[in-house]
Amino acid sequence: MAVIEVANLRKQYGEHVAVEDVSFTVERGEIFGIVGRNGAGKTTTVECVEGLRKPDRGKVSILGMDAERDADSIRTRVGVQLQQSQLPEKMRVDEAMALFASFYPNPANTDELLHDLGLAEKRRTPYKKLSGGQQQRLAIALALVGNPEIAFLDELTTGLDPAARRDTWHLIEGMRDRGVTVVLVTHFMEEAERLCDRLALVDSGRIVALDTPAGLVSRVDGGGDRLRFRPSTAFDDKLLTDLPEVTGVAHTASQVLVSGKGNLLQAVSATLTTHGIVALDLRVEQTTLEDAFLALTGRTLDGDNN
Amino acid sequence: MATRVEDRVTARPVSAKSGGMVGLGRLAGSEMRLMRREPGILWVIALPILLSVVFGLIPGTSTPSPDVGGGRFIDFYVPVLVCFVIAMMALNVVASALGTYRERGVLRRLAVTPVRPATLLLAQGLVSFTILIGVVAAMVLITGLAFHVPMPKQVFGFLLALVLAVASMFSIGLLVAALAPTGRAANGIGTVVMFPSVFFAGLWTPGPMMSDTIRGISEWTPLGAGSQAIQEAWMGTFPSLFHLAVPLGYTLVIGWVAVKKFRWE
Repeated sequence: MAVIEVANLRKQYGEHVAVEDVSFTVERGEIFGIVGRNGAGKTTTVECVEGLRKPDRGKVSILGMDAERDADSIRTRVGVQLQQSQLPEKMRVDEAMALFASFYPNPANTDELLHDLGLAEKRRTPYKKLSGGQQQRLAIALALVGNPEIAFLDELTTGLDPAARRDTWHLIEGMRDRGVTVVLVTHFMEEAERLCDRLALVDSGRIVALDTPAGLVSRVDGGGDRLRFRPSTAFDDKLLTDLPEVTGVAHTASQVLVSGKGNLLQAVSATLTTHGIVALDLRVEQTTLEDAFLALTGRTLDGDNN
Repeated sequence: MATRVEDRVTARPVSAKSGGMVGLGRLAGSEMRLMRREPGILWVIALPILLSVVFGLIPGTSTPSPDVGGGRFIDFYVPVLVCFVIAMMALNVVASALGTYRERGVLRRLAVTPVRPATLLLAQGLVSFTILIGVVAAMVLITGLAFHVPMPKQVFGFLLALVLAVASMFSIGLLVAALAPTGRAANGIGTVVMFPSVFFAGLWTPGPMMSDTIRGISEWTPLGAGSQAIQEAWMGTFPSLFHLAVPLGYTLVIGWVAVKKFRWE
């Protein structure tokens, strides 16, 4: 059952079209990723869905209700973590939790939530005395305090150290286990690959691909492995391209790059050995979401043209 | 958070708590608590009370003098100090608090909860108004009991003039918050607007000391008219309709512009 349906969303700022003809649905209980570079239109998209921005065109329905007409009812059932939002400097952690909990008809247990997010010790700490990571975790706690059916999390691990990032991922997985639907906006591929059931790849305001992480990866070179090595002597590519496992052979100045699937490593090594060629500095590389992003948009996440 | 979503959905009254003024009480309580932690608010509370006590103790301002038409300086000055509190509250406290809330994204954050961000504005205004009334009451009582400054004689007229003066100045505070890019800028603009406001209210030339020319101009400013309305009620006559109409007009016009221009992010 779809809990979010977005159809033909469009948002323009002056001359700049931030979001163009974006459509997707999110199923109950899944973690849905909106992934792309900074400025690709991810946040604009999700803010139109949250009701923070009014789209110029398109239809958004949430939990079967019209996002605009039934906004009041929807807001009691969704939780949002915004990318840039701070609390008053002198508001303490427990005060913020109690205040936000009071807004919702069926709030979560704030003590449990603070404990889960590792903020139990910081209960009486004013907002401005929290570290960046603690502020980020408080923002997540506030997004969850209303016991939402859908949680929108925008760049939630930005500013967290690696350990805190992994803890947060664990928390998000815990939310899925409880049946909460999560919409995750991120430019961090490892996060998307690890957490998301499905993801929409956004580039220049459009969805360029929508699939499972594995599905996206399989679009690149059939999703297989790549071997990279320096051959001891020159050899004819045909040796390798004749193998059923090999889909392509490419050369750099000193290295050979073989892509393929199945038992690639074994097949290639056996053939090379038979012909007396030694593969030096042999490395096996797997196609990642990062590669898929590059292949689908022609750009890396950092914005370099390749 | 132990129950699964499906169980909760059926148990939940969907529209039991949404829209309207949800959260006003909690937000007002929270605002009051945050206000207590601001060192700046102590200044707004203590300064006018301290000033009225000082003027009550100095012989030059607490005995009749020909400079103020044979009356006592302090009798004319307490109503002016009331206007001073109003100006500080509206232009420093309210304007910078609301400007800061926008700057920090607090209003945006509230926009995605069942609470409407305007509720926070209202809660802030109510808390500031409550503190203001407390300071005014303290000033009237202290100067009345300690220095025999007469209490406002026309009580209804006094309260009406007070509320209108507050409303007009809070509208200006809201406009400053609406236009200023940051909380700090709001505070700066507020301070700049503050000086003419309290000048026309008679901070430097209370009561009869103000020249007729200046008085003529001041009647057209919200706090100048408000100050004279408060003064009139204090002396025992119902304030002139003109002195009530001016702050009312500012409230309606400035308030409308501020609401139209207010940026939530």
